[in-house]
Amino acid sequence: MLPYLSRRLAVLVPTVLGVATVVFLLTHAMPGDPVDIMLGEYAQAADREALSRRLGLDRPVSEQYLSFLSGLARGDLGRSIQGDQPVAELVTLHAPATAELALAALLIAITIALPLGLLSAWNAGGAVDRLSLAGSMLGVAVPNFWLGPMLVLLFSIHLGWLPVSGRGGAAHLVLPALTLGTAMAGLLVRMTRSSLLEVMGEDYVRTARAKGLGERMVMLRHVLANALTPLLSVLGLQLGGLLAGAVITETIFAWPGLGRLMVQAIYSRDYPVVQGCVLVIAVTYVLVNLLTDLAYAWANPRVNFGDDDD
Amino acid sequence: MTDTPRARKRTPLLPGLLVLSLLTAGALFAPQLAPSPPAAQSLENGLAAPALDHPLGRDRLGRDQLSRVLYGARVSLGIGLGTVALSLMLGVLLGCAAGYLGGPVDFLIMRLVDVLLAFPGLLLAIALAAVLGPGAGNVVLALGLTAWTSYARLARGEVLSLRRREHVLAAEAMGLGPARVVARHLLPLLAAPLLVQASFGVAGAIVAESSLSFLGLGVQAPSPSWGSMLNDGRSFLLVAPHLTIFPGLAILFTVLGLNSLGDALRDRLDVRFPG
Repeated sequence: MLPYLSRRLAVLVPTVLGVATVVFLLTHAMPGDPVDIMLGEYAQAADREALSRRLGLDRPVSEQYLSFLSGLARGDLGRSIQGDQPVAELVTLHAPATAELALAALLIAITIALPLGLLSAWNAGGAVDRLSLAGSMLGVAVPNFWLGPMLVLLFSIHLGWLPVSGRGGAAHLVLPALTLGTAMAGLLVRMTRSSLLEVMGEDYVRTARAKGLGERMVMLRHVLANALTPLLSVLGLQLGGLLAGAVITETIFAWPGLGRLMVQAIYSRDYPVVQGCVLVIAVTYVLVNLLTDLAYAWANPRVNFGDDDD
Repeated sequence: MTDTPRARKRTPLLPGLLVLSLLTAGALFAPQLAPSPPAAQSLENGLAAPALDHPLGRDRLGRDQLSRVLYGARVSLGIGLGTVALSLMLGVLLGCAAGYLGGPVDFLIMRLVDVLLAFPGLLLAIALAAVLGPGAGNVVLALGLTAWTSYARLARGEVLSLRRREHVLAAEAMGLGPARVVARHLLPLLAAPLLVQASFGVAGAIVAESSLSFLGLGVQAPSPSWGSMLNDGRSFLLVAPHLTIFPGLAILFTVLGLNSLGDALRDRLDVRFPG
């Protein structure tokens, strides 16, 4: 396990460096001179020059790149153009809301998907199975920027049960989390079902039945325990998907997270903020995947720690 | 994401084909089918609810929503196909090069793939679209430049598993160059898995385009995109829910249809789909 761990950590550095490079390249090709946008097109030449110097835009691109990287190493993501705050501060301020939303969505997805997948696998080919598979196809296909407004229409406007938008108590969290978690739930139902079916066909399950173990015991001890491990790696990948999906969900519900911060920064061409948000979301995704892989390797003794990199 | 065969019947082909033909027909014959031009305004009828002469209602500017949904099919299908064409081309080219040539070429291409895959979902496409600015061409570029990685991984994997086949070795022994071996002797064998991947890809690109347009980073104002229609409708959810309901249904049915077409093709072409 230890060589595996060190090898995975060694890959982390070039990946993060690659991500940072892509982000730098992206935002330095942004149209519209940020100086123009901040000061207006008719600003004094001297003011424009001063701002451009303060942002470092007058230096060669290679120099800007190096100072960007050395800033990152110190946890410095630059300053926002609009609010003149450190981007790292803004990101830290908005990250908890996104984390709260993503975890709530994950929880909802698991709560829906595990029982449905279990029922489906238990009655494979039956009516319940077909219904839940149809539901999961629907869940995967429904775009979150439509599901969100539809849920608002039903639960906030017609029934008046839940708030339309904003962040507050648990009631504010329900609709955004449901919007974000539905697609994942749809996918998880299918994965849970196929994972369970695969394990149910294993020899050791037949052996457990043959030695007279009750059906419930077989399902709990032998099937469920073994079927859940592969689901773990899916969860990690999906949590990253939730982080990206949060960009749209947060926009719909005016949820004050990283996604909304990024979209608003795009609108105001506040490129250091866009840069910081993309970077933090991507690096979080990389770290979550790493942790999931490690947890998977730890939970599954059959993982091959050999040198295949796929 | 393969289900075990014993528990699964083949997905029927018909529903997917039906949705695809409806979508294509709507896109091709939008001028004939639409009750009025998609940009024809009628301000005094703004936000009118669905009625017999305007079955899907009117938007803020009194434009007929049925016409806009029909013309929107052109945008969705056009951008969906354009994106898949671009990403398929890039992905197959780079994936085949990586798998066939191996060595440093493979290493460099796959590290690039790794870095791009470190950006979850639409994140990179959103950032790229913001940089490129709005417009249909830029949407295709933003989506195509970020979506090719799945085709590259697929093509590379297939090429790796096929390149020691006898007919490939025979072609190499006859002195054919790498480009010709790949094009003549490997690509035809990749067609089936790539076709399956591409049908899911079109669905994905249509949702992605709608997402970008919903955020205001996609197709611009007079052009009716389902995503930007949803964005416009958002402010009128209370008074004119039809503005939100119908474009969303159009996206939902399109994606359901294309996904089930992908499932059906996968079952029939006997493709073991990578997760």
